[in-house]
Amino acid sequence: MAETPRAALLRAGGLLAVGLAAFALLLLAFGRNPLRAYVDILASTLGSAYGFSETLVKITPLLLTALAVAVPGRIWLINVGGEGQLFMGALGATWAALHLADWPRLPLLAVMALLGFAGGGAWAAIAGVLRARGWASETISTLLLNYVAILLVHYVVFGPWRDPEGLNYPQTAAFSDAALLPSLPGSRVHAGLLLGVLALAAFAFVVARTRWGLEMRAVGGNAEAARRLGLPITRYVIVLMIVGGGLAGLAGMAEVSAIQGRLRPSLSPGYGYTGFLVAWMAGGHPLGIVAAAFALAVITAGGDILQITQALPGSVANILMAVLLFVVLGRAGARA
Amino acid sequence: MTSPTLSLRGITKSFPGVVANDRVDLDVHAGEVHAVVGENGAGKSTLVKILYGFYRADAGQVQLDGEPVAIHSPEDARGLGIGMVFQDLVQVPAFTVAENVALFLPFALGGAALAGRIVKTSQQYGLDLDPQAPVWRLSVGERQKLEIVKLLLARARILVFDEPTRSLAPHEVAALLDVLTRLKRDGYAVVLIAHKLAEVLAVADRVTVMRRGRVVASLPRAEASEATLVPLMFDESVREPAPHRPAAASRGVAAVELRGVGVRAEAHGCGLAGVDLVVEAGEVVGVAGVSGNGQRELGDVILGAVPCATGSKRLGGQDATRWPVARVRASGVAFVPDDALGLAAVESLTVLENAALGDPRRYARAGGLAMDWPAARDDQAQAFTRLGFPVPSLDARLGTLSGGNVQRAVLARELAHAPRLIVALNPTRGLDARSTAATRRALLDARDAGAAVLLISEDLDELLALADRLVVLFRGRIVGAGRPAELGVETIGHLMTGSVPADRG
Repeated sequence: MAETPRAALLRAGGLLAVGLAAFALLLLAFGRNPLRAYVDILASTLGSAYGFSETLVKITPLLLTALAVAVPGRIWLINVGGEGQLFMGALGATWAALHLADWPRLPLLAVMALLGFAGGGAWAAIAGVLRARGWASETISTLLLNYVAILLVHYVVFGPWRDPEGLNYPQTAAFSDAALLPSLPGSRVHAGLLLGVLALAAFAFVVARTRWGLEMRAVGGNAEAARRLGLPITRYVIVLMIVGGGLAGLAGMAEVSAIQGRLRPSLSPGYGYTGFLVAWMAGGHPLGIVAAAFALAVITAGGDILQITQALPGSVANILMAVLLFVVLGRAGARA
Repeated sequence: MTSPTLSLRGITKSFPGVVANDRVDLDVHAGEVHAVVGENGAGKSTLVKILYGFYRADAGQVQLDGEPVAIHSPEDARGLGIGMVFQDLVQVPAFTVAENVALFLPFALGGAALAGRIVKTSQQYGLDLDPQAPVWRLSVGERQKLEIVKLLLARARILVFDEPTRSLAPHEVAALLDVLTRLKRDGYAVVLIAHKLAEVLAVADRVTVMRRGRVVASLPRAEASEATLVPLMFDESVREPAPHRPAAASRGVAAVELRGVGVRAEAHGCGLAGVDLVVEAGEVVGVAGVSGNGQRELGDVILGAVPCATGSKRLGGQDATRWPVARVRASGVAFVPDDALGLAAVESLTVLENAALGDPRRYARAGGLAMDWPAARDDQAQAFTRLGFPVPSLDARLGTLSGGNVQRAVLARELAHAPRLIVALNPTRGLDARSTAATRRALLDARDAGAAVLLISEDLDELLALADRLVVLFRGRIVGAGRPAELGVETIGHLMTGSVPADRG
């Protein structure tokens, strides 16, 4: 895992190239022009100020959900629960937005962020404790808890928190203005991006510079030795799961606060899972996460355009991501 | 003599940064034991791995009866009649002896016929095995006999032994040497990779010495002696005599005191039961035993890495039965295991980072937000110097260092801050003579400086050379204790293998 930045970027780029090549074959098989498709994707995302801003909008949750995987991943924990943790964060933030609607902006946003972090963190903590006690694999429990979290959100928007004036749509009432994260004028790019970048920088700093980073690298590198060196392994398991889940929760908070303005079941097109892909493409390396998040944001944002220009179903972007995941996991498996 | 049964010609094999085998020639005739000796890293293991098809040589040729053969896999090697007895035996513990043999044979054979062949073959070579015994009940020596029977029934003609005596008790070693002699008499070609010259000289007909990947000499038995071989094995004749210095006087302070300590057995492990043990400041207490009789558990329970299921533990006079590892270490306990990269250090981190891990809080600044690397660097460099070790590049990743240097790095870290108790678990296993001498000297120096040393070792020579007192561990219990000279090698060997009822406690 300890790669140089250059190697990490090369790796992410190489994996992306292999995935894109495989997807091109698929497009060819359907009689489409892959080159044209990629040009369309790039033109629609990076070719205009609007397209670029939409790419930044998609990067924001991906940075945070990738960290949700990379932070516990520093010590061999596999968190597949980013999606559920994101939903729980959205739930926590929404509670504050609905119940403290008359608070002024800064304290309200702070509480929303805090509850967003707490929601995702608490959700991941369940899996962390189960793992630390040796009762259940965090890979399985985080995956299964995703469904519970998503259904919980469904429950509140269909039931207790449903907007009475919402024409029976399953959604909460719109948040007050004070509960909305500030955005750049004329775009949907919001302060969540700053949160993501700060979190990434903090992660890089902690791992490289601090005592805890050293200890994490030791636990990650050799748990048997770490145990005999007296490093608190169970504490790291639980804390890193909480931090990871909390960051996914922050992504959920940012989505409801800045993009949706209310809680809806459709708040995430699978950011949690895409974040998993980002983290694995990057091998957990912070710069690699930036590169991979950017690439996948382009694919997510540009996928829609293929519907129009190539008459392909909107789910082709998912196929492309699935192909990428296979490439990444195949490589990880070959190294193991 | 006729053409050799096995002939290696110009075998060359490089790994990144090192030539492990450089144009190695080796001839082995039927009816002879050909010993290959050399320091760690001389290339002996690489050579036999090539012979057995684990590695592919970059250049060179293997010939059987004068005909070149291609060996690309262990299956190829077995098909050609080459059999290998590894250091770590490959057997299914839950199966019986007969079942393990049946698994290995390339042809189907079972029931009474197989049992009969096992009994016949084992009697012929004094191997003495019960076909129906489950393998988990066998001692290491018996499991090794099973391995030999497997090879013989599979019609191997060339038998390769890779350090076969490493974890055997003295009388088991004698038995093995007798088996080798019988195999030779019956026309097998035997290759013996070994460390201990006395054993080699007892059975070998020819001794080949390797150094840094090359064959530096190949001598008939008549010309080989310790005096001729040692200078060939090492660059200079540095074979330092084992530093035997008795303790000045133990100071009567118990650094560690175990009373009735029991540890639950984990899977494949051996627990501990009713262990009473005291190590005082200024003495080396040796723990003898055959591998797998509770040695690792004893180290771990003192360190706090496994809990005491029963009994109590005191460190420096304080009740430490429930202390976590961090507190045990903070109280001045150092741990030096054999498998440093497995149990004590992280190969993906640098020497310096590994050094800081010995006590991360000591080097933490700003509450942990920063690390004082210059201080850690100074401490570690001083620790190396104090031990008389050359200071390596502290920024090199530990995984890139040789085994001896990894062990030095761990020793330097563990001894950097004047520990009160050193728990050493086979600290010189796998090290060459020079690293071994350096490690032993460091332990004795620490003792003379007032540390208590618990030396858990499977190497009886090491224990006899270093220990002021000795206890013997068998199946998780202490079955004998006393001064090494009073006990005597024979008694210790029998206690180690449980062949004499415990008469002292």
